Amino acid sequence: MTDISRRKIILSGLAATAGVAGLGAAARIAKKYGLIPPDHGGIYGPGETLNYAFQRLVARHSLAREFPRNQISERPFPNEIAPPSEAFKHLQAGGFIDWRVSVDGMVDRPGSFSLDQLRSYPRRSQITEVACEEGWSYVAEWTGVRLSHVLSIVGVRPQAKYVVYFSIEPDWWDSLDMDEAMHPQTFLTYGMNDSDLPVGHGGPLRMRVPRQLGYKSVKFITRLTLTDNLKKLGKGLGSAAPEAGYAWYAGV
Amino acid sequence: MSTPDSAQAFPQASVRSSAPAQATIARNTRHSALVRITHWITTLCFFALLLTGIEILISHPRFYWGETGNDLTTPLFRIPIPSSRNLVPTGYGYVLPDQNGWSRSLHFQAAWVTVLTGALYLIAGFFTGHFRKNLAPGKTDLSWRALSAAIVSHLRFRRPSEEEAWSYNLLQRLTYLTVIFVLFPLVIWTGLAMSPTFTAAFPSTVTLLGGRQTARTIHFLVSIALVLFLLVHIVMICLAGFWTRARAMVTGRTGTRMERT
Repeated sequence: MTDISRRKIILSGLAATAGVAGLGAAARIAKKYGLIPPDHGGIYGPGETLNYAFQRLVARHSLAREFPRNQISERPFPNEIAPPSEAFKHLQAGGFIDWRVSVDGMVDRPGSFSLDQLRSYPRRSQITEVACEEGWSYVAEWTGVRLSHVLSIVGVRPQAKYVVYFSIEPDWWDSLDMDEAMHPQTFLTYGMNDSDLPVGHGGPLRMRVPRQLGYKSVKFITRLTLTDNLKKLGKGLGSAAPEAGYAWYAGV
Repeated sequence: MSTPDSAQAFPQASVRSSAPAQATIARNTRHSALVRITHWITTLCFFALLLTGIEILISHPRFYWGETGNDLTTPLFRIPIPSSRNLVPTGYGYVLPDQNGWSRSLHFQAAWVTVLTGALYLIAGFFTGHFRKNLAPGKTDLSWRALSAAIVSHLRFRRPSEEEAWSYNLLQRLTYLTVIFVLFPLVIWTGLAMSPTFTAAFPSTVTLLGGRQTARTIHFLVSIALVLFLLVHIVMICLAGFWTRARAMVTGRTGTRMERT
């Protein structure tokens, strides 16, 4: 064996050891700072983790772009939804007077809110873009209450790490980490372009998460739950989206 | 390498003689290991990005200009193919299976590998002088006369001489530089400009382009340009001798000995 090849082997060994140790350290740091998404397993796990970690690091507190009023789309496209359930039709027949959103889990004061109660809280508006993972988009003015406001009313316990939100329609739910949930542009939305939120756009109540793609803005919200562990919900991937093959983190 | 005998007899000389021996080996390597490895990683990722990009395109084969655009607005142009979504007006009476989920995941994973590989290639390329030595055109080459001569020689499909197997000609240099420093940066930029979180942090990355839908359209057009490059690249390799060129990019050797004068 020549000196050069011995040196090469030693150096390669050192590099490999450093690489493995580095990856291990990176994983520990990433976990500590909440940079690992719930759907980090599987063959696309590394990519999902890089997307989530990178954007958490560069954009944790950034605001989604807002637009001037004259950029509001004249023809916002309501995406296809499944035929409404009986439960939805029943509430719709009553003019959504009995629509309620309940909040439970790791909170001090679990409770439920009517649409009128939500409307009585500080009213916020944002003119932001809905961008679908398919590629199309539109800009609209969204009116509602900040999710952070509702969370402050129920009192979130410090150990809570995620807000899980459920549609009245079956198998339609998603979750946000606390940064995204407390973000000033994350709304429970009841109005759109100066009128009540149309059913096609998720009325009477839609989660609005403008820093992520449209599918994160789940329609027809009836329940929120706070948890520190997404493993027990559904297949444990954090939302219904990964169960259908889509990323939990939809910021890209 | 010198024999053990001579090494014992002339230890000093053997150390010195190893230098020219190494230089000969280096001269017989057409492409450095780094260029070869990054080339094939990028190739693999490019095919993954192309396949998944087509799958994502199928879910909405319409393109727009400006900030917004959807099924209710007039497209800039549309691709005459069926779609994987019900509501897209394609004129076809059927809908293709939805493959967006894994396509998006693989698209971004391959993009990460491409970007990291590209960064390694760029850093190493500047440090080793790869760009200066192998890709930057010589001053005398950058004349209209030299350029038209190179184009004419290409149009006549003249097989390159053995000498040319050891370096890039002017058109190759300009094409590779365009791919490396214009098309790849542009396709990465327009890709990032479609991310709602990335543009929250860096809004100018999308406003400079003129909006999200413009970014998407440019992303598509640059992808087409990269596919055209790939096709020409493969045709040129076939014309120049597929196996010797492919072997040079795999093993680093060309099979012909280069005697520099």
